[in-house]
Amino acid sequence: MISTAIIGLGKMGISHCAILGAHPQIQLNAVCDASALIREAFKKYSTYTVFSDYQKMIQNTDLQAVVIASPTKYHFEMVNFALDHGLHVFCEKPFSLKSEDSIYLAKKAKEKQLVNQVGYHNRFLGTFMYLKQLLELQVLGELYHFQGESYGPVVLKEKGSTWRSEKGQGGGCLYDYASHTIDLIHFVLSAPVKVQGTLLKSIYSKGVEDAVYSNLTLENGLTGTLSVNWSDETHRKMNTQITVQGKKGKIVADATEIKIYLKEANPLMGLEKGWSVQYITDLTEKVDFYLRGEEYSAQIDHFVNCITQKALSNRSPFESAAKTDQVIQLLLADH
Amino acid sequence: MERVLFGDNQFFGVNHSSDEKARAQAIRFKDNKAIVQVLDTAIDAGIHTFMCTTHDRIGEICNHIRQHPVKYQDFKIFPCMPYAHKYANAVTELGIMGSLQHFIPGNVFNTFAKGGLALAKKDMVALMEILVDAEMKMFKGIQTPVIWLQNVITDLLLGLGMTDFLVGFHRYVKEKYHAEAGFITMNLPLLLDTLESKGIENPTVCASINKIGFRMSGGKSVYETVIGQKRCKLVAMQVFAAGAIPPKEALEYVCHLEGVTSILFGASSKANIQQSKSLIDSYSNEFINKSFLYKN
Repeated sequence: MISTAIIGLGKMGISHCAILGAHPQIQLNAVCDASALIREAFKKYSTYTVFSDYQKMIQNTDLQAVVIASPTKYHFEMVNFALDHGLHVFCEKPFSLKSEDSIYLAKKAKEKQLVNQVGYHNRFLGTFMYLKQLLELQVLGELYHFQGESYGPVVLKEKGSTWRSEKGQGGGCLYDYASHTIDLIHFVLSAPVKVQGTLLKSIYSKGVEDAVYSNLTLENGLTGTLSVNWSDETHRKMNTQITVQGKKGKIVADATEIKIYLKEANPLMGLEKGWSVQYITDLTEKVDFYLRGEEYSAQIDHFVNCITQKALSNRSPFESAAKTDQVIQLLLADH
Repeated sequence: MERVLFGDNQFFGVNHSSDEKARAQAIRFKDNKAIVQVLDTAIDAGIHTFMCTTHDRIGEICNHIRQHPVKYQDFKIFPCMPYAHKYANAVTELGIMGSLQHFIPGNVFNTFAKGGLALAKKDMVALMEILVDAEMKMFKGIQTPVIWLQNVITDLLLGLGMTDFLVGFHRYVKEKYHAEAGFITMNLPLLLDTLESKGIENPTVCASINKIGFRMSGGKSVYETVIGQKRCKLVAMQVFAAGAIPPKEALEYVCHLEGVTSILFGASSKANIQQSKSLIDSYSNEFINKSFLYKN
C-alpha cells in the first residue's frame, strides 16, 4: 500500500480523493484544504486526517506520495516541498505559472528519482493513444497540418470571481482549457516551440481571456492551429478534438471517436481505403473504479504503477508539462 | 418497476461513443415538441416510465404533462439528480462556496451568508436535503416513485467513503417524497457492499450492464456474479454499450441475465423504440419460459 495524501479539495481534488479512496494499492491517509467548510465536511463525513497546513501534513504524516490539486499559483512551493521530503508527486495541470519553475522541479524530481506526473488525462484516453500510435506508424505519410481544438460552456455570463477568473493566478481559458489542447498536441505530435498571430479574447470575463487562437510551429517543423473557447455553450461539456492532415489522408480524434480517412488502404493496420471510424468503447481499457471517465482512474493507476515498478517511464511527466507551461508563456508574450 | 424504462440521453446531446451524433441529436430536439412526440411514441409502444435527468428543459416537459392529466395518468417519471454538468461548470466558474450560494434557494442562502455557515458545517446532510428539494420542484404533481442519485455523485461519495449522504438520501426521499431511492453507479459491486454494510438491503440500483463489459468496473465476470446474487432491484443501462453492440445481441444478453429487473434504453425514432421494446418483451418471455421449464 502506498501511503498518500491530497492537497486541495476543489473540483479535481475531490475527484482524485474518491479515486484514491477506492484504489486497492493506495492508503489515503490525509487531506488538506484552505476552506474551513470543506475541512469540516471531511472531518465529519470521511475517515481521513484533515489538515489546513500542507507543510504540517507532510511533516507529521508518514507518506510516500502526494496528490496536489490546489490553485496553480501554489503548485511550485508545494511540489518543491514535497520533493524535498522525498515524496512521489502527482500534480494537477497546468503545472506551474513560470516555466523556469516547472523546469527546475522536473530536474529536481529526476535527480531525486521520484515519480512525477501532471494530470493531463487526455494522454490516457484510448482515442488519443490510438491516434499517437497511428501517427508513429506514419499511416498519414508526410504531415502538413494539424488543428487542436477545445470548446466548452464554462463562462457564459459576465459574473463570477474565483481564482480562475483572476489574472496571473493560473485561471482563464488559456491555463484551464488551452493547456489541455497544447499538451495533447505535444503528446500526439511534438512540442510546440513557436507561436504566431495569437489572439486572446475576453468574451464575458474581465480579468482573463475566454478564448485562445494561435498558429503553432512544432519541434519537428510541422505547423498548425490552436482554437480554444470556454464560453461556447453549443457544447454540453468540454470537448477536445485533434485533426491531423497528411499526404496519405486525415485523422480526426476526440474523446469518444477516431475517424480515419485514407487515400489508400493500410493492410498492416487493418484500415480500409476511405473512412473508418473507431469508438472509445473498443479503445478503452477497463478500470477497477470509474468516476467521470476511465482516463481519470487510468492516470492514477499509471502513477501507482510507476511507483511500484520503478523502471517504468511516466506518460505525463513534469518535463513534458513544463513544455506546455513554456507554450502558455509564448502565447501570452505573442498576444 | 416496469420491465422497460425510457431514457433521455438522446434528447440532450449525450452520446457515449460520438460527440458528432450527440450534436445532431441536440439539433433535432431543440424544440420541446420533438421530445414530447418521442415520449408519446414510447407510451404508444407500452413504455410508461421516463427516467430523466433534472435538466432545465425537463421542467418544460413536466409542464406539458401537468397540462394533460388524462393523457398522462399512468405516466411516471424517475428523476435522476443532479444534472451534474450544471454544477461542475458552476464550480469551475464560481468555486464550491459560490456554487452552493448559487444553487441554494433564496432565503436559505441568506441564512447561509449571515452566519448560517456554522449550521451548514454542522449538518451537511440537511444541506443535501435542500438541494434535493430544489431539484424536485419541477416534478410537482407528477408521479415519481423512484428518485435517483446520478452516478457521478453516487460514485464520488462511494470513493470518498461519505456513506452518510447515501444513507441520508435513501431516508429523505422515502420520508419526504414517499419514493424509493435509486442509486446509479458505474461501480455496482462496491456500491452493493457499501449500502449493505450500512443496513440498506435490496436497494434500487442502476448500472451499466452489457455484453462487452463497457463501463462495468472491475470487469464483466465480477458483475455477472454480483447480478446473479440478486441483492438489488436492478436497472440495466448502457445495454447497447453506446451502439457498439447490435440491438438483438445486446438485448438478448441483458434479458437473459437473471437478476436484472428492468432495462433502460433511449431512442429517437419510432422504429427503434418499437423494435427495442418488442425485442425486450420477446427475449424476456423466452427467458421466463426457459427458467420455468428448468425449475419444473
